[in-house]
Amino acid sequence: MERSEIETKMVDLLVEELGIEREKIAMGSKFEEDLEVDSLGVVELLMALEDNFDVNIPDEEAENISTVSEAVDIVAAKVNG
Amino acid sequence: MDPKVVLITGASRGIGRAVAEHFAALGHKIAINYAGNKAAAAEAAAAVQAAGGEALTVAADVGDSDAVAGLFETVGAEMGPVEILVNNAGITRDDLMLRMKVDQWDDVINTNLRSVYLCSKAALRGMLRAKWGRIISVGSVSGLSGNPGQANYAAAKAGIVGFSKSLAKEVGSRGITVNVVAPGFIATDMTAALGEDVTSSAAERIALGRLGTPQEVASAVGYLASDTASYITGQTIVVDGGLAL
Repeated sequence: MERSEIETKMVDLLVEELGIEREKIAMGSKFEEDLEVDSLGVVELLMALEDNFDVNIPDEEAENISTVSEAVDIVAAKVNG
Repeated sequence: MDPKVVLITGASRGIGRAVAEHFAALGHKIAINYAGNKAAAAEAAAAVQAAGGEALTVAADVGDSDAVAGLFETVGAEMGPVEILVNNAGITRDDLMLRMKVDQWDDVINTNLRSVYLCSKAALRGMLRAKWGRIISVGSVSGLSGNPGQANYAAAKAGIVGFSKSLAKEVGSRGITVNVVAPGFIATDMTAALGEDVTSSAAERIALGRLGTPQEVASAVGYLASDTASYITGQTIVVDGGLAL
């Protein structure tokens, strides 16, 4: 899967699942600081990613995700790995 | 309320079974977890069906993480994600502190407290997705007032209270409530094992002058699960007939 495709889907999920304004989202955005997603929100996003991309993101890997780009990296590695 | 998937741990007898029958009468789907007594679980399932609910029995040691994973997999496949979780499974291994073996401590903490962590965590995913859920754990007045010979049991039951308050704060914004029902002396196999002398002298200390019934605890659990209790979370409701006053 193309990285751009994952990025697009990621932004859609942030808008749909967490109610973030689309204009605020950049690849470098930090979930907690820039997008005001609380820690539980990050967990919910990961669950949505697992459902949408049919991947499994273990807790140990999830702990290292702080930006949108890092979340895309993990999904890309799982989908294309 | 729409029919919900209700998982009750330790539901083959006593309070757990009464909770199962209470929810069955409301038309919910009931997953009856039990540790080892298959015959009692089958009886509980028959009672649930007679009361108008769908019943599934699943054997699992809820203190064991693999067993809990299997339990939730089975319930999920057969009935769907757990929407109401009742952490009821509990054992006692009473002894005075100076005589209490480490096994007595560990067994009680595992079955009564570790199980609450394992089952609540397993149930949370589905509840977060649904943005609705009820987690109700059965505590004890022992955990609030203490009881000689029950340091292990009281520690586990007090642990449930702190656990529930913390989790209530974590997931409250997602429509999930987490509460505790703390029974006093209830007429079950667990209290019958204490002998008549103990239970009759206990009755004298109870404002209402008698032991409670499992159904009286079940109705408090049912209340916390209902839409009527939608603004109550992190609380402990004591159902003890006025024992701990």
